[in-house]
Amino acid sequence: MTALLQVSGVSVTFDGFRAINNLSFTIGPAEMRAVIGPNGAGKTTFMDIVTGKTRPDEGSVTWGERSVSLLRMTEAQIAQAGIGRKFQRPTVFEDQTVAENLILALRSSRGPLAALVFRLDAEGRDRVAELAAEVGLTDHLPRRAGELSHGQKQWLEIAMLLAQEPKLLLVDEPAAGMTLAERERTTAMLVEMAKTCAVVVVEHDMDFVRRLACKVTVLHEGRVLAEGSLDHVTKSPTVVDVYLGRG
Amino acid sequence: MTHPLAPRPFLSRNPSVGWFLGILAALCVIVTILSPAIGLDLVSTSFIKTLGKTLCLSLAALAMDVVWGYTGILSLGHMAFFALGGYMIGQWLMYARTEEIVLLSLAGEPIPSTAAEVAQGVATQIFGVVGSSDMPAIWGFAHSLPLQLALVVLVPGIIAFVFAWLAFRSRVTGVYLSILTQAMTLALSLYLFQNDSGLRGNNGLSGLQNLPGLGATSQDTVSLWFFLASAAALGLTYVLLSWATSGKFGSVLRAIRDDEARLRFLGYPVEGFKLFVFTATAILCGIAGALYYPQAGIINPAELAPIASIYLAVWVAIGGRGRLYGAVIGAAFVSLVSSWFTGGRVPAINLGFVTIDWVDWWLVLLGLSFVLVTLFAPKGIGGLFDLWQGRHSPDRKGAKLDPGQGALQERKVLE
Repeated sequence: MTALLQVSGVSVTFDGFRAINNLSFTIGPAEMRAVIGPNGAGKTTFMDIVTGKTRPDEGSVTWGERSVSLLRMTEAQIAQAGIGRKFQRPTVFEDQTVAENLILALRSSRGPLAALVFRLDAEGRDRVAELAAEVGLTDHLPRRAGELSHGQKQWLEIAMLLAQEPKLLLVDEPAAGMTLAERERTTAMLVEMAKTCAVVVVEHDMDFVRRLACKVTVLHEGRVLAEGSLDHVTKSPTVVDVYLGRG
Repeated sequence: MTHPLAPRPFLSRNPSVGWFLGILAALCVIVTILSPAIGLDLVSTSFIKTLGKTLCLSLAALAMDVVWGYTGILSLGHMAFFALGGYMIGQWLMYARTEEIVLLSLAGEPIPSTAAEVAQGVATQIFGVVGSSDMPAIWGFAHSLPLQLALVVLVPGIIAFVFAWLAFRSRVTGVYLSILTQAMTLALSLYLFQNDSGLRGNNGLSGLQNLPGLGATSQDTVSLWFFLASAAALGLTYVLLSWATSGKFGSVLRAIRDDEARLRFLGYPVEGFKLFVFTATAILCGIAGALYYPQAGIINPAELAPIASIYLAVWVAIGGRGRLYGAVIGAAFVSLVSSWFTGGRVPAINLGFVTIDWVDWWLVLLGLSFVLVTLFAPKGIGGLFDLWQGRHSPDRKGAKLDPGQGALQERKVLE
């Protein structure tokens, strides 16, 4: 199996602080991976590097079968290449309707002229309706996203990610602020998504990670500390040191 | 039941378009009937010119609303593009008109004059005022109306494109961008104030109301034609911008305004959209200026002063940002009231210790109403239509529309 995303030897320094230190990470297509680590381990910076928000000082990030370097691409180009990102807090366009949010995310040409002449065809309408149904927002399509509850906004954002049809999905703490029932539904959905695309979940919550039942990468001080099944990494003495030793 | 996302006809998506075109057409009919040129001669030619100019300013306000109200780029330089459009058409008007006069005066000479002599005569006539008799290179196209009309679009378009490309590429946003646009306007204005800029320094271009070849036609007729042309341009632009902003394009623009970083992660080239909108609206302003200055008769570098662009923002804010009719209402209302107050016919109020002379105090009143509108009616005059239609949106108490600021609903529960 060839790697979908390959991060090798990446380092980033912010004002002398090494946020990422010689980090290497590989994920194949249709694979689920959980990234855990204490605060300041570099989880968010790692996501910023992959999505093009932060440029690393050294190292390489390559993507896809043809191993294209992501380092020379803009955020928009990286997103178009098929990397979707879910933020910790739900970020939807509150002033626009649920339908408009979904149409924005729907896979299409992204340039200004394409947007000007864009018309939602029957196929697109069905797709929007289907996505809304999938996350239980069918009745809310004409409502403004700002009026939705926190949980509904999380769902809307997930539906927007699905609409983008990404090949790799980076998910930042999906379970934060969700009720137990919502968490279970989120888990099921992520597992379902991992059948067709690669999913990287950054999470604090060990119970949630356990439910995902996937390979785990432990980050610490900007590098990979351990990798393997959750049971394997939790037994590793260095991981225990990092988590327990620091309190 | 029809599909909730089924496409709706243009007019039902944009109910304001029908109203707007209707009112504009009614205005045209009324003014034509009352005009001295072909009607009852009940309104003065100068008033028709004022109305025509107001329509051009409304057109510029429409452009400003798209760039600021929809896309969130507070440009304080769009009136510079307006003035540049005026300069471009002014070059032809002045050249062609002066050429007519020179030809007329040379017609009496016993020997027919050469083309070079005519050109020299025109140059002396136009540039004598700045102590020069050479035609600067930038007047190279001034003899040709089609070329100058092309420049009306190209000059503001290219300047806006280069400026916006440099600014947006470096991701300059917010107040820094506003300051940059101000600096650009000021720099252009100062450049044009120089005598050797080739556009007659602080004298500017004058006599623009006299159309070449139409010397026999009275200003009554000319003013009516310009009024109708301005109305047509405004109506056409309104339809065009309604179409552009009501579809997905408008959705992307509002998304840029509210959270451009999020939009980038959806794969949209935000900088490309901003560049497109900034340049397109600059061109619209250029066209508006090209219609405005032949009615005003004179253009000078003071028209590019930063204050002009700030007025444009004030009009849009008072009329109501983010809705096209708001911009038109704001521009028309404020500029008409402004010309009434500064016309000197409003009786001064004597308060004993101070006399409020409106020519001087009008700016104070305008500034005050801008502050009051911003504080108490952020939706501007356009917000009245929401009240009328019974539409209420939650009071954000100044909170941004930005996602991640929390749900309005949650906040309401918390309060």
